[in-house]
Amino acid sequence: MASETEVAVTAGADGAQSGLVFHPMDQFIVKPIFGQAGDPVFWYTPTNVTLWLGLSVLAIFALLVMTTSRRAVIPSRGQSVAELSYGFIYKMVEDITGKDGLKYFPYIMTLFMFIVCANFLGLLPTAFTPTSHIAVTAVLGFGVFFAVTILGFVLNGFKFLGLFWVSSAPLALRPILAIIELISYFVRPVSHSIRLAGNMMAGHAVIKVFAAFAAVAAVAPVSIAAIAAIYGLEVLVSFIQAYVFTILTCVYLKDALHPSH
Amino acid sequence: MATEPIDLEAAGLCTDAYGSAIGMPQLCDAWFGNQIFWLLVTLVVIYFILSRVALPRIAAILAERQGTITNDIAAAEDLKAKAKDAEAAYEKALADARAEAGRIIDAAKADMKADLEAGVAKADAEIAKRAAEGEKAIAEIREGALVAVKEVAKDTAKEIIAAMGGKADARTVTAAVNARMKG
Repeated sequence: MASETEVAVTAGADGAQSGLVFHPMDQFIVKPIFGQAGDPVFWYTPTNVTLWLGLSVLAIFALLVMTTSRRAVIPSRGQSVAELSYGFIYKMVEDITGKDGLKYFPYIMTLFMFIVCANFLGLLPTAFTPTSHIAVTAVLGFGVFFAVTILGFVLNGFKFLGLFWVSSAPLALRPILAIIELISYFVRPVSHSIRLAGNMMAGHAVIKVFAAFAAVAAVAPVSIAAIAAIYGLEVLVSFIQAYVFTILTCVYLKDALHPSH
Repeated sequence: MATEPIDLEAAGLCTDAYGSAIGMPQLCDAWFGNQIFWLLVTLVVIYFILSRVALPRIAAILAERQGTITNDIAAAEDLKAKAKDAEAAYEKALADARAEAGRIIDAAKADMKADLEAGVAKADAEIAKRAAEGEKAIAEIREGALVAVKEVAKDTAKEIIAAMGGKADARTVTAAVNARMKG
């Protein structure tokens, strides 16, 4: 992987920026916000990750707390957005997991609001996108996986294993199905987290690649049009991925609450 | 992208000498701890903002709106019932007024009829009285005329007798005239 980018870097060496320079992955570099570039990154160092996570928190605070401060019966535009996002996730949790899943609504709302805000903030030019990092989405994905698995065993005991024993299938098929179900169950957190990180990373990298082509005058109009088009697509993807992550979380939660098929 | 070489070891071997990424920065394990730590901090902060402030507040707003809507609908139902009552009362008043008006018209008609009949009767009586008077006057006049004719006939008969040289006997003439007049 290193060789591809190094080829490009040699062209940009000594500040002589001629020709095409591709650094599509540089936007994902973690660096300290204080101090110099190349300073070591410890686990507590405030980095650009910290900055953009903090901005997500501020965005969520502005969207859900500041807009609702008037508690108006007839809502303002901002309050409508807050109520819509509340109703959107509340209904999703209620529809998928049922009434008894509603006590987990704050956790799912936290996940959704974090992912959607981080995704959208990451679309700002020069922004850093925390959700494009597998470290971040893996924490979310495995967090959901462990929470749901533990919850399943706590609520149902060993009946939770009934999730893997498809009682509606013929008896001979059940052991095979159990193995398939078991594998698919353990693949869930991987696909859950890589789906989000992969989508975010791919879109941002593609935009960067097109942006590099804009340096060549002949293809610049095409390149800029492509950036605009992909940006539009990314806006859609940002929301859809947050939605998909949340709805899958609800589906997994439903398995924990009602393990029988 | 930095333009001058930086300390490679300090940068964690995930960037090259010019600050560009080597491979995928997503796979640089030197940065995992930092991202996971700040992510957990962020999630906890968001969770507390949502569960302590935002979600209860929005739930309260939605419940209040639902309550307001329910109350308004109930009030509207109430007003609708009242309007229906008022309409019924109005209809009743209208019907009563119509009946009353009909009654008054009937009474007036009866009064007028009675008046008219009384007037007609009075007029008839007056006419009858006048007719009787007229007849009486005519009878008197006829009576008077008969007497006058008798006188004239007597006088004339006396004059005629005198002119013929006779001496008129008053009693004979009267008897003759009377006999003549009866015939």
